[in-house]
Amino acid sequence: MKKIYGITGIFMVVFILTALMSSSFLTPYNMERLILRTSLFGIISIGVGFVIITSGIDLSIGSVICLIGCGLPWLLTKLSLSMPIAILVVLLATLMIGLLHGLLITKLKLQPFVVTLCGLLMYRGLTRGFTGDQTQGFGQVFKELRWLGEGRVALPGIPLETFGLPVPFFILVLVAILASIFLNRTIYGRYLLALGRNEQAARYSGIHTDKMIVLAYLICAGLAGLGGVLFILDVNSAQPVDFGNFYELYAIAAAVLGGCSLRGGQGTILGVVIGAALMQVLRNMITLVDWIPTHIEYAVIGAVILVGVVADEVVKRVASSRQIAASRQ
Amino acid sequence: MNPAPTEPLNSVDEAGLSPPLLLEGRGITKSFPGVKALKGVDLKLSPGEVLAVIGENGAGKSTLMKILAGVQSHDEGELRIDGQPVRFSGVEDALGNGIALIHQELNLADNLDVAANIFLGREPRRFGLMNTSLMHAQASDWLQKVGLRVPPETIVGHLTIGHQQLVEIAKALSVNARVLIMDEPTSSLSQHETEQLFAVIRDLSAKGVAIVYISHRLGEVKALAHRVTVLRDGENAGSIEKQDIHHDQMVRLMVGRDVSQYYALKERQTGEVIMKVEGLRTPHAPEHALHFELRSGEIVGVAGLVGAGRTEMLQTLFGVAPAVGGSMWVAGRSFTPQSAAQAIECGLALVPEDRKQQGLILEMAIKENMSLASLRRDQRRGFLDFGSEQDIADRMIADMRIKTPSDMQQAQYLSGGNQQKVVLGKWLAMKPRILLLDEPTRGIDVGAKQDIYRLMEKLAEQGVAILFVSSEMEEIIGMSDRALIMHEGRLAGGLPRAELSEQSVMQLATGGDRP
Repeated sequence: MKKIYGITGIFMVVFILTALMSSSFLTPYNMERLILRTSLFGIISIGVGFVIITSGIDLSIGSVICLIGCGLPWLLTKLSLSMPIAILVVLLATLMIGLLHGLLITKLKLQPFVVTLCGLLMYRGLTRGFTGDQTQGFGQVFKELRWLGEGRVALPGIPLETFGLPVPFFILVLVAILASIFLNRTIYGRYLLALGRNEQAARYSGIHTDKMIVLAYLICAGLAGLGGVLFILDVNSAQPVDFGNFYELYAIAAAVLGGCSLRGGQGTILGVVIGAALMQVLRNMITLVDWIPTHIEYAVIGAVILVGVVADEVVKRVASSRQIAASRQ
Repeated sequence: MNPAPTEPLNSVDEAGLSPPLLLEGRGITKSFPGVKALKGVDLKLSPGEVLAVIGENGAGKSTLMKILAGVQSHDEGELRIDGQPVRFSGVEDALGNGIALIHQELNLADNLDVAANIFLGREPRRFGLMNTSLMHAQASDWLQKVGLRVPPETIVGHLTIGHQQLVEIAKALSVNARVLIMDEPTSSLSQHETEQLFAVIRDLSAKGVAIVYISHRLGEVKALAHRVTVLRDGENAGSIEKQDIHHDQMVRLMVGRDVSQYYALKERQTGEVIMKVEGLRTPHAPEHALHFELRSGEIVGVAGLVGAGRTEMLQTLFGVAPAVGGSMWVAGRSFTPQSAAQAIECGLALVPEDRKQQGLILEMAIKENMSLASLRRDQRRGFLDFGSEQDIADRMIADMRIKTPSDMQQAQYLSGGNQQKVVLGKWLAMKPRILLLDEPTRGIDVGAKQDIYRLMEKLAEQGVAILFVSSEMEEIIGMSDRALIMHEGRLAGGLPRAELSEQSVMQLATGGDRP
């Protein structure tokens, strides 16, 4: 739990600063959008969090979002598949992608960076190919499906016209709770944490490390696929050429900010979600606060991540020197 | 050893009469988390002297050598070279002062040629480019000085270990080393290579190069050293001059007590055969099929030189280096070992040689390390059983007397002995039938070592079969009911306790015939 104090603190500071600097920040509509964006990015960040915990990386998330996000409406509108079939196809596609990554990394011992970098290029290229680079969307049909992305749930005492919690928020809560239980309460979560630190020692303890790593890439691709569906439902009109572009980097940044070390073996789900929220508040701040030029968005985000990571490292060093001192006595 | 009253005299010595000391250490102290490795050690070295530093594992030899060579810095005490106090900022600094350390594991780039290795980082240059021809010419000179007749263009990886070591020595000499520290230089050499190395050492000594020679092989020490300094538990245990160097004297100073006390040497009742290895082939030496049996309650030592394939054999038995042929039979099941999970299911456990890489997850808590192997067994439909995890930790910390402030302490902050106990605890929680131990007492202090011996004996009494690899001859002879000796990937033979001696083991380990 100690690990998320830092990120929670930074989040609150940025949140309050933004509220002070912009009068439109705390408006119900803006909050609703912020919660929605946080939910969407939170889901994909949790996925990559699992991969990072195994000391891997997944660069293909943005392209998987593009593939699934553009693929689902394409299957429904262009190929006129029925909803269950289309969902099944999309689900199978994400599982295949996760399995492919996992097997290449564990069985052929390829580096995760290389495998998923190729994925990043391939899935976007594929999507642009089969859609003919045409804009994809659901139009005004598929009401039930669109409710998943656009639906809002009223809070008691507040009229829905003023503020409603987006449905994806509930999806995030569900995903986060399940992920958290999986990581902290099951033997498989412990296996992931162990092999992320030291795969060899984990293997010497009888853990099927390969299977666990494949599982992490499956989870990551699966959540990226889910994210793809929710993202397309939100925008309802996506161009294969740039839909989901850079999202993998937002997800990785959120996971790292949330306490996942790229060296593997550490991270909390709550931290990752707060990391994702921080990223969205930052982007929101840059858009809303007049005197911050919008063009420097990446510079600000990059700087904040750097500060967060440096602060984390400093805290860790202090903690470890304390432990050394304690063990000397 | 009472340095205090001689101190004023010493300075007079340095000024005039006796030959000046080349290197001197006074009251060297060094602490690591959880362990005080050196507690005020003194050391003297004259030009041309061959000084053997002996002591058991964990006595502080390696730490002292690392301090002399600038790898680590000491906490207290003083180092002097030619009478001048020095403090090394790093290896470069020590090298600059003429002190070179040749590690047990050689530090050569085996993809480069001999000349490139000798001059690594100091390549002769012409117009800013490497002057290869000059480099090769100079390398030839240095090779000649160490009696190594190979062309300087030879890729180091193609040389034998013995020749690689000579390359290391040539490299050290080429930076004008006046003190050469050699850490267990013969541990992986053949008889012939060892003799070649000794000739080089004697030659260098005659030319005034001082040698600090660390070895467990007391026979070599007797043959080579002018003087022996013995360390025990991080302190000077004594010093022996050339004429007084005897095996017994050295052992007495090293152990500080009778060896018989150290090892119980009890007759043990062994039970029925519980493991048969039937033509097992390791990926390391697939040309040799391994055959042997283990009985319950039996402690079997595995001896051999470094590189004989002992570790690889244990890894194959345990399934982490899957067998390429043959099978093993354990308590009614016959199989070809393919994974650690399978081996664990059959009641095997392996305490690996490389504690930090293979035994422990250093950043995880003691408790989490100890439960790692039993998580699967103790799971509740996939969920962690925190209660049983706590039980294991409490029981093992108490049973094995692990010194730690809490069970949540990260394994990396424990001393070597306590780390080893955590690894043992992890496996004892699984109640193994067959316990494989790879160098179980390497790098741990004497107290913890004895704890581990007692534990091995206790487990054997309970019917556990123990197969342990050790490079310490005394351990093999002192602990084994029977020993298996390996040579170049094959089982060279087995010796019952009655026939175990340093000589009979070495004979087989070096490829000789049965004595």
